Amino acid sequence: MTANGLAGVPLALEPLSKKDYTSDQEVRWCPGCGDYAVLSTFQSMVATLGIKRENTVIVSGIGCSSRFPYYVDTYGMHSIHGRAPAIATGVAVTRPDLNVWVVTGDGDALSIGGNHLIHALRRNVNITILLFNNRIYGLTKGQYSPTSELGKVTKSTPYGSLDTPFNPVSLALGAEAGFVARTIDSDRAHLTQVLTAAAQHRGAALVEIYQNCPIFNDDAFATLKSPDGALIQLRHGEPIVFGGGRFCVVRDADGDIRVAETETADPERIVVHDETRGDPSQAFALSRLTEAGVLRQAPIGIFRRVPRPAYDDLVREQIDAVRAEDQAAALAAVIAGQDTWEADER
Amino acid sequence: MSHVAEQLPLDRVVIRFAGDSGDGMQLTGDRFTAETASFGNDIATLPNFPAEIRAPQGTLPGVSSFQLHFANFDIVTPGDVPDVLVAMNPAALKANLRDLPRGGVIIVDTADFTKRNLAKIGWAHNPLEDGSLSNYSVHALDLTGLATGAVSQFDLTRKDASRTKNMFALGLLSWLYSRPTEGTLSFLSEKFAKKPTIRDANIAAFKAGYAYGETTEAFEVRYHVAPAPMKKGRYRQISGNLATAYGLITGAQKAGLQLFLGSYPITPASDILHELSRRKDLGVMTFQAEDEIAGVGSAIGASFAGALGVTTTSGPGMALKGEAIGLAVMTELPLVIVNVQRSGPSTGMPTKTEQADLMQALYGRNGEAPVPVLAAKSAADCFDTAIEACRIAVTYRTPVIMLSDGYLANGAEPWRLPDLSAIPAIEPGFATAVNATDDAGKDAFHPYERDPETLARAWAVPGTPGLEHRIGGIEKAARTGNVSYDPDNHEYMTRTRQAKIDGIVRDIPDIAVEDPSGSARVLVLGWGSTFGPITAAARRVRLSGRAVATAHLRHLNPMPANLGEVLRAYDKVVVPEMNLGQLATILQARYLVEISSYSRVRGLPISLSELEVDLIAEIDALQEEN
Repeated sequence: MTANGLAGVPLALEPLSKKDYTSDQEVRWCPGCGDYAVLSTFQSMVATLGIKRENTVIVSGIGCSSRFPYYVDTYGMHSIHGRAPAIATGVAVTRPDLNVWVVTGDGDALSIGGNHLIHALRRNVNITILLFNNRIYGLTKGQYSPTSELGKVTKSTPYGSLDTPFNPVSLALGAEAGFVARTIDSDRAHLTQVLTAAAQHRGAALVEIYQNCPIFNDDAFATLKSPDGALIQLRHGEPIVFGGGRFCVVRDADGDIRVAETETADPERIVVHDETRGDPSQAFALSRLTEAGVLRQAPIGIFRRVPRPAYDDLVREQIDAVRAEDQAAALAAVIAGQDTWEADER
Repeated sequence: MSHVAEQLPLDRVVIRFAGDSGDGMQLTGDRFTAETASFGNDIATLPNFPAEIRAPQGTLPGVSSFQLHFANFDIVTPGDVPDVLVAMNPAALKANLRDLPRGGVIIVDTADFTKRNLAKIGWAHNPLEDGSLSNYSVHALDLTGLATGAVSQFDLTRKDASRTKNMFALGLLSWLYSRPTEGTLSFLSEKFAKKPTIRDANIAAFKAGYAYGETTEAFEVRYHVAPAPMKKGRYRQISGNLATAYGLITGAQKAGLQLFLGSYPITPASDILHELSRRKDLGVMTFQAEDEIAGVGSAIGASFAGALGVTTTSGPGMALKGEAIGLAVMTELPLVIVNVQRSGPSTGMPTKTEQADLMQALYGRNGEAPVPVLAAKSAADCFDTAIEACRIAVTYRTPVIMLSDGYLANGAEPWRLPDLSAIPAIEPGFATAVNATDDAGKDAFHPYERDPETLARAWAVPGTPGLEHRIGGIEKAARTGNVSYDPDNHEYMTRTRQAKIDGIVRDIPDIAVEDPSGSARVLVLGWGSTFGPITAAARRVRLSGRAVATAHLRHLNPMPANLGEVLRAYDKVVVPEMNLGQLATILQARYLVEISSYSRVRGLPISLSELEVDLIAEIDALQEEN
């Protein structure tokens, strides 16, 4: 039995509802922003976790999505650009009784805060990171982001962007994350299921959320959701087939993973998804089925969900193992040290 | 043949141990200091080492030294110049010779005085043979050969055998200055407990060094420095970094808060991280972050969660933490930032001391971001200053910057153990209940409701039912803490944040002036580690029959209420600083008094004899004017 991500968080005595998690602050995202759907789903989902409202903390960085904490009636901090994982680490390490979330975006998490993201994942701090990926800078009005496709024309790249984007799922897997998933703002049921699983995972969980920015990057995920596109659903224990069964993911004899037509594929070679595989290679290979340019194809679901000891639990264990019973007396002994001498007034 | 050397009493001695950075000079100095402190002398030390872990062997940049001043009276500096130089190789001799006054004692290891090694440092002739050291009292001994001989019965490589030469030298010096040896013997037994051969060899070399002094006639006299009179009590020696760590633990314990340190290794602050990391027995949580920003960020998170968040660093790290400190100003959360200053700008001289981060501490953030700033004046004072930083941070819900420096961090002095039960408790006063009514007339919690006395905001920690709230870096509406872009509100909040910090002045003592004659016309005002040189120089000035007043600032923001009055009471105010006059500039701007700035930026403490001469000149010039 692996520990639940919410172990240690006190349970609510009365059932809570979405309304309990809705703050009195007016939501100020642009009309049609994908953030609304994620907020609404989150408020409903967190009420179903069965924990006390006052024991949830949401820490965000800077960007449109980072306004999120203001709208959820829990404890929260809207911090500074890119640093939310570091701040959340301080919260999680000192307080095992809190359910800690980080809300961030593609610029916040992958550009200015890239360092904190990879280290929070590597350490496996018990926090859940929601990475809202709209593939653009919204708050600063439309510059390309580290997930924008190559050649993206924006105000800061009038001749097209020149740098290769990050694939956040590949990055998280490379950073040793124990829980990595992707979901999309337009699929409430999928969003709910992935966020719940992420909250219950003990250790760092990264959820990439494809989120549409109607103002600066509208329809970035439209092709993906259209009949021409392919949203590859990953379901634990099931063969990976999509496009109404027309396509599947196969593993070739040389170990390569690719998309094939189901009709002609060797059924033995169709990959059965196993999110609990210890080795991240297959999860990484699946993450590479995501197109880096205009998105026509991308897997969604839980890529990896494996238990690893959580950093904050280990920190507390180290202290509990040696903590002196009488702290005041122990402090006096430490301060006195080994080598002291007595002086008389002369 | 044993001989009995004459024992001469001395009041004070300054010894400098110098060698290659791999020769163990810091360890040798530390041990000699421990022996001397436990004997009851007053001590002050100055370690001085290169930033490179191992610069090329035998070269001038690779020289590491440790200076110890000990006396039978109360001393405040490690001494400008050594009386005795222990040089373990030609480079150590060359690098330190210019500091040694004529008649000084040189104890030198001759083993490395080969043509090749002399050439490495640009000496064409061997100074031990060409008469160039005739103004000194030279003891040229093959310390390496003697040590190697003393450990020949152990199964050691040649390299390991020769590495015991520092213990041989320590043994010899321990004999020469009549030091107790039990402490060093038990230290070696513990340090090398897992390597019995190395342990036994080091002990043998140490004893052989002691016996060498006793049995040979190389030294006609040995010296005795009697214990110094000190206030009754139990003492230990302490360095600034250790005292800072203990002060932080004590402050958190007095506040009943979990101490959380988020830190990134940086010279010369890392020893605070090291010590706090060892103190899990005292419940201390430490987090070695991925960078300086994560260090302060995690500390802010910990404070938000109800712990006492602390981050420790040096100048370059302070530069990186600026934005996050601004967040703590805006969110009004307790946070202690320790800056162990070093020579800058940029990487500067990482192992050398300086006080040039004062302006950075006071003003180095975007926007109007007032932060209380404190500075420790001595190694032991780091303890009290750290507790004061915790007290202000918790009481006023504010980040507090504590300035130390490389000299305080590594230097050691005797410290009378504090009576911990006499240190007052710090009251976090967490919010536990609603404190307002909202527009609809319902009970509400407003995180920016303030204590009318301190202007501290209500601090409710996550997990407190009914007080759920959000804070952040965006401007807050007064009281509710909601996001606000209202012009009048921003003006009000900016002034309120300033008023809160300014108001701390009611909670800090007036600055005290020391002027034994009561007739001084010149005031020397210092801050931080210049306390030692200023105090020592002022004593000498007074001994010369002149009057001089001294005062020292611990609180640099806000400054004590009576400071302006004190400054205006003197004809001349001299402010010695290890920077280009930062405090002097601030005092002139704030109090409209003329300040005579006394600047030194050599990466070393200000020379007390230089300061003495300059102060006498100032005082005499003033006398002649009238």
